[in-house]
Amino acid sequence: MTDIAQKAKAPRNQWWDIWAQFRTHKGAMISLVIFFFILFGVAFGSLLWSIDPTFIDIRARNQGPSLTHPFGTDQLGRDTLARMIKGGQTSLAVGLVAMLIALFLGAFVGVVAGYFKRFDGPLMRLTDLFLALPLLPLLLVMVMLFRQPLSAAFGPETGIFILMVCAIGITSWMPTARIVRGDVLALKEREFILSARSIGTSNTKMITRHLLPNVMSPIMVSATLGIANAIITESALSFLGLGFPPDFPTWGRLLFDSVAFMQQYPERVMWPGVAISLTVLSVNYIGDGLRDALDPRIRGR
Amino acid sequence: MLSFTIRRLLLAVPTLLFIALVIFSLLKLAPGDPMAQVPLTVPPEVKERMREALGLGQPNHIQFYKWMVQFFITEPQVIIDQMFGTTFAEGKQRVISWQTRSPVMDIIWQRMPQTLWVVGLSYVVAVIIAVPIGVYSAYRQYSWFDQIGTFISMIGFSVPTFFTGVLLIVIFSVLISPDSFFWLPSIYDTTLVVDSWENLGKQIRQMIMPVFVLALYSAAQISRFMRASMLDNLNQDYVRTARAKGLKERSVVLVHVLRNSMIPVVTVIALGVPNVFGGSLITEQIFKVNGIGQLLITAIQANDLPMVQTITFIFAILIVVFNLIADILYGILDPRIRYD
Repeated sequence: MTDIAQKAKAPRNQWWDIWAQFRTHKGAMISLVIFFFILFGVAFGSLLWSIDPTFIDIRARNQGPSLTHPFGTDQLGRDTLARMIKGGQTSLAVGLVAMLIALFLGAFVGVVAGYFKRFDGPLMRLTDLFLALPLLPLLLVMVMLFRQPLSAAFGPETGIFILMVCAIGITSWMPTARIVRGDVLALKEREFILSARSIGTSNTKMITRHLLPNVMSPIMVSATLGIANAIITESALSFLGLGFPPDFPTWGRLLFDSVAFMQQYPERVMWPGVAISLTVLSVNYIGDGLRDALDPRIRGR
Repeated sequence: MLSFTIRRLLLAVPTLLFIALVIFSLLKLAPGDPMAQVPLTVPPEVKERMREALGLGQPNHIQFYKWMVQFFITEPQVIIDQMFGTTFAEGKQRVISWQTRSPVMDIIWQRMPQTLWVVGLSYVVAVIIAVPIGVYSAYRQYSWFDQIGTFISMIGFSVPTFFTGVLLIVIFSVLISPDSFFWLPSIYDTTLVVDSWENLGKQIRQMIMPVFVLALYSAAQISRFMRASMLDNLNQDYVRTARAKGLKERSVVLVHVLRNSMIPVVTVIALGVPNVFGGSLITEQIFKVNGIGQLLITAIQANDLPMVQTITFIFAILIVVFNLIADILYGILDPRIRYD
């Protein structure tokens, strides 16, 4: 008796299994470390590195890397490391918030379309229409149109932040919606939904208790892809000169500014470029690892 | 298949109209005034007449209708006129740019060749690179070739084009001295006429970087798809059958498996074409190619609404058309998928 009791392990949360599977993906683990390193560096870097990113020291302009300025200074003598930290805060914040908006919209549309048959047709046509919109040109147009009014209403930084986040969120929810709808449609035919319905579960409870937890895995995978997409889009807009105003650095903006000095100071374009690329690369790898870990067919092999 | 194609074509019309409406109404919210640069000495009633001449005096729905008529009826007529010397479009109003006061489509036709050369060539290069890499890394899954290939495609997929472009410029135009053979120009010279071997060389040199940047990005995506699709097929029963009946390994992989795996990849390639045009927006800005993307950005900065509206709509048409092509190709290539 005791023998059997010892052999039967304590029931384990499935997230532990997922974590165990995730850890076997080497690239994803390394990327997780790098991503958290970047995240912490950006979040707490300004506490450790106390130079004000907007402080102009005109006598120390255009300097290369040194002990006082590890990443050098720009054409106005502002410290590049401090600007990188500040820029990273904005870039990552835009990425995370835009991803959350896109995820919320996508999951909402997906669940509603999959669960309520009435809304399926119209919502999916809407998704198709959104997928047929030329996104980058439309984003450029949206930024051009709403920059002035939103800056006037919320101040330049917050205004552009709201604009960026909403614009990116509104234009990138479609893939999530399609995946979630597909999964909900498949789940709806399963027995546990039937039994839940037979004991009189209401629609709201059905969605929050039974459907959403089961579509968590595709949502999480599209969350990682969403962060990568949002960071790239924000940087691309800043790079085209249609992003944040020059006083509020983001990584894309820093890259845009340093391209003008590419001939004289080629190392200056490297910092923001490498930061963007490394972040996106690590997020994509984490997404890959998550997809493998969340796939029950691969897990446990 | 034919009825499916016709149905899809008919469905594309309301889609395009809806997109045109979205673009039009978004731009109607624009705060800019095309009369802002007219001198203050011009009396207001003259200004009012100038506004009317630009077609701004009418209500919105009439403006939208006129834009659609100009885009879908007048502009094709202009093309027919130029080709056959007819006079269908004579005296008809065309979409006029506020910047240059000349027809928008004329400027677009001038810019089209540059964009098509760079974008088209880069996509061809991308497909040529990506398909063999995808096939080989799937065939030798987990080999060092596969590991390196997937890593590079992950990098190509993650590193944004505006950084790869800048990086290439730093390496090949700044760090390498201009006398060296490996130096490449960072600015695309559109005035270059290819009339001699020397100029052909120059043209090739200036195209290498923009083409490579766009090609790397698309090749990364296509090779990932190719690899996944090959892996799906390599484990199928028909592959075992083909091997069991003694077919050469070469023909098993390159004929049986490759042909089946190409089906989804071809549609992905078709779906990717509009994306490459979108990506050219950034690449053209980096290498100063004066193509469509650069035209759109200058038009946005100059508040030239007819130009912005028309170019954005052309991008939308590209997306709709290539979606249609992908769907039809899928049906033609895969007899299991017939939509009726």
